[in-house]
Amino acid sequence: MSVPQYRKVAAVALAAGLGLSLAACSTKSDDPGADAGGKVTITVDCQPVGAEKDLLKNWNSDVAAFQRENPDITIKSVSVGQQCNNPPDFTARLAGGTMTDVFYGYMTDLQQVLDSGRAMDITPYATTENVPTWDSIDPALKEVFTDGGKVYGIPVKNYSMGLVYNRTLFAKAGLDADRPPKTWAEVRTAAKKIAAAGPGVAGYAEYSAGNTGGWHFTAELYSQGGQVLTEDGRRADFNNPMGRQVLQNLKDMRYTDDSMGSRQLLQWGDLLTSAAAGKVGMFIGAPDTTQAIVSQFKGRYQDWAVAPLPGQDGPAKATLGGGEGYFFKKDLTPEQVRAGLKWIAYEKLTVGKGQFDYVRAKPQNYPVGLPQPLLFAPGSQAQRQEIELRKANANVPVENFALFEANQLPIKGEPRNAQAIYAVLDAAMSGVLTDPKADIGALLATAEKKVNQLLASGS
Amino acid sequence: MAIVTAPAPAPPRVPPPPRATRRGRKVRDNLTGHAFLIGAVLCFALFMWYPMIRGVVMSFQRTRRGQTTWVGWDNYSRIIADPSFWTAWRNTLLFTVVALVAGYVVPFLVAILLNEFRHAQGYLRALVYLPVMLPPASALFLFKFYAYDPSDAGLFNAVLSALHLPTSQWMQSPAMTIPAMVLASTWMNMGSAVLIYLAALQNIPGELYEAAELDGAGLWRRIIHVTIPQTRLILALLAMLQVVATMQLFIEPLILANGAGTQDSATSVAYLIYQHGFFQNDLNGAAALGVLMLVVLAGFSAVYVRLTARQD
Repeated sequence: MSVPQYRKVAAVALAAGLGLSLAACSTKSDDPGADAGGKVTITVDCQPVGAEKDLLKNWNSDVAAFQRENPDITIKSVSVGQQCNNPPDFTARLAGGTMTDVFYGYMTDLQQVLDSGRAMDITPYATTENVPTWDSIDPALKEVFTDGGKVYGIPVKNYSMGLVYNRTLFAKAGLDADRPPKTWAEVRTAAKKIAAAGPGVAGYAEYSAGNTGGWHFTAELYSQGGQVLTEDGRRADFNNPMGRQVLQNLKDMRYTDDSMGSRQLLQWGDLLTSAAAGKVGMFIGAPDTTQAIVSQFKGRYQDWAVAPLPGQDGPAKATLGGGEGYFFKKDLTPEQVRAGLKWIAYEKLTVGKGQFDYVRAKPQNYPVGLPQPLLFAPGSQAQRQEIELRKANANVPVENFALFEANQLPIKGEPRNAQAIYAVLDAAMSGVLTDPKADIGALLATAEKKVNQLLASGS
Repeated sequence: MAIVTAPAPAPPRVPPPPRATRRGRKVRDNLTGHAFLIGAVLCFALFMWYPMIRGVVMSFQRTRRGQTTWVGWDNYSRIIADPSFWTAWRNTLLFTVVALVAGYVVPFLVAILLNEFRHAQGYLRALVYLPVMLPPASALFLFKFYAYDPSDAGLFNAVLSALHLPTSQWMQSPAMTIPAMVLASTWMNMGSAVLIYLAALQNIPGELYEAAELDGAGLWRRIIHVTIPQTRLILALLAMLQVVATMQLFIEPLILANGAGTQDSATSVAYLIYQHGFFQNDLNGAAALGVLMLVVLAGFSAVYVRLTARQD
């Protein structure tokens, strides 16, 4: 064989090897998910990681119990660490097509999932036959996972934001922890007192990085009665007195009162780490934030309480809400879809089982008694059962969340293109929190221009 | 008399090795080489060329509802219209220029200084190289929480206070964001450049310095007239590597500035690619931005190749 011939062989080998490797990379499987014996196999994600011993034990025992009840279904659990609360990881898996058959997503992910072309229309399967509590689920949440009349996902959790505050720091500052601030002016007064009571303590803490600043700006704008985009979603709608008031409140607390601490540019974990260390008096967040403070950052439940989101001069006009659900990968067989729905119903939507197995969670010190998830429609049978079971097994000081639960505000969802808009609004938030001379009007005008440009370019 | 010389006996005819055997050996030799080559080529193809080509293709496509369509230059015009596009390029270029000055001059001076030491040079080299061995994320977290703490408890602010100098907000000040990122980056990466400079310096023949000294040249003139000309190729190479590396600024904004930093003062092109791709679900836009960056870096590389070719 001459050298050129040899090169040809090498080239063919290279091409063949490359082709084979790429084929191996493909996630398309010929496995229809059912074997000859009629057994259905589905892969599901969000199996807790090994470090979460109790949660992992619960998950595995749920899988075993489910399979005993459904001997024709095999559940293959997948866990990839932070997959279930890490947007970049989710996007990468979606783009690569490496999601599980039944995969987790945020309520804001529907358009992204639809754009990827990897989600299945499960409308014919979303019935009480497959999900016994389907009729009890809040219709507004079902709507979030519906597009063009077609159901693409099943909601499994819902949250709304309030004022999270540290009762211990309130007491230390001489404030009545049973009468938390109801307006932003009262937040300002309380923040000043808390900051004065202890060195290194921020009376009120706020995000301004990693898109979380824009997320909180949105919540605070909702509290003023505002909205981020116009009703038709075509233009920014925050460069107005309500948007200015949001930033003015923060600027006053940061620089006039010096009640927000010196460290800014905070994102999710930064604020909660300080909060767990007893260095934050108040911030806005959902009740399950306290769960993160306790389980991830080693804080204590008895320190924390949640009140309704403050308004400017009275109760807040609305609050920001969101949540999560499960999608189904395209091209699953009807048997696989039914099996997936049965699993979701068992693990996430049945009172007394899975996430609602409060009897099991109580001794494990996993929080029982938080006023969320708000999954079932008010007055529905499932809601009544869930509340009853929750109260009977509460292991957190439920009275600390009573104000929040008793004063539900109208919930507004996140805007279209939420993450891109939040990234723009981070700059406005970081502006007022790091620059005493920040020009609020200019910051909002710049953000407005950027958001309009984003919307116009169709990003 | 004619001298009759008997013809020299012809050397015994050694039959040439059969062609097949020689070729067979050649094939066998080549086989080993090609086997190694194929492995390397496959790795490059899979992990470098294919993603690069795929990225270029994606930059001309748009995926909506699972349908991929060709959109020509639309992603490029869309990405250029992105409000953060020019901010990201401005920040990246500013960082590259400042990092080039700091990361180029400082290691060179440190290397010259180290080269002058006759004792404990090994220890000093290890000391200078130590930060390179620290994982970049750990080093940056040290800077973020320990050195750049904007309160008076921060390391740098404590030192500034002790010297009765005004303290800084560090990463929380838009004006300080880039200098602070350059400082951390230079500290982290300087060791490698110092070692390379040092190796180049130690290759300069001692006679050149002796001759210069005899001519009355002081330290400065020795640097100008001997050291720099003798190390110009290494200087050019490191300048190029430095530009290519610093333009891919990503981990510094991500860790030190939690992404964009105060009022977008830390947004880099690489971070913007990450934002588009993984937070805004705009993989096509991210691909277009990536291709633009590739073109710019390839341009720099071409200039480098041209310049060094002329020097040689």
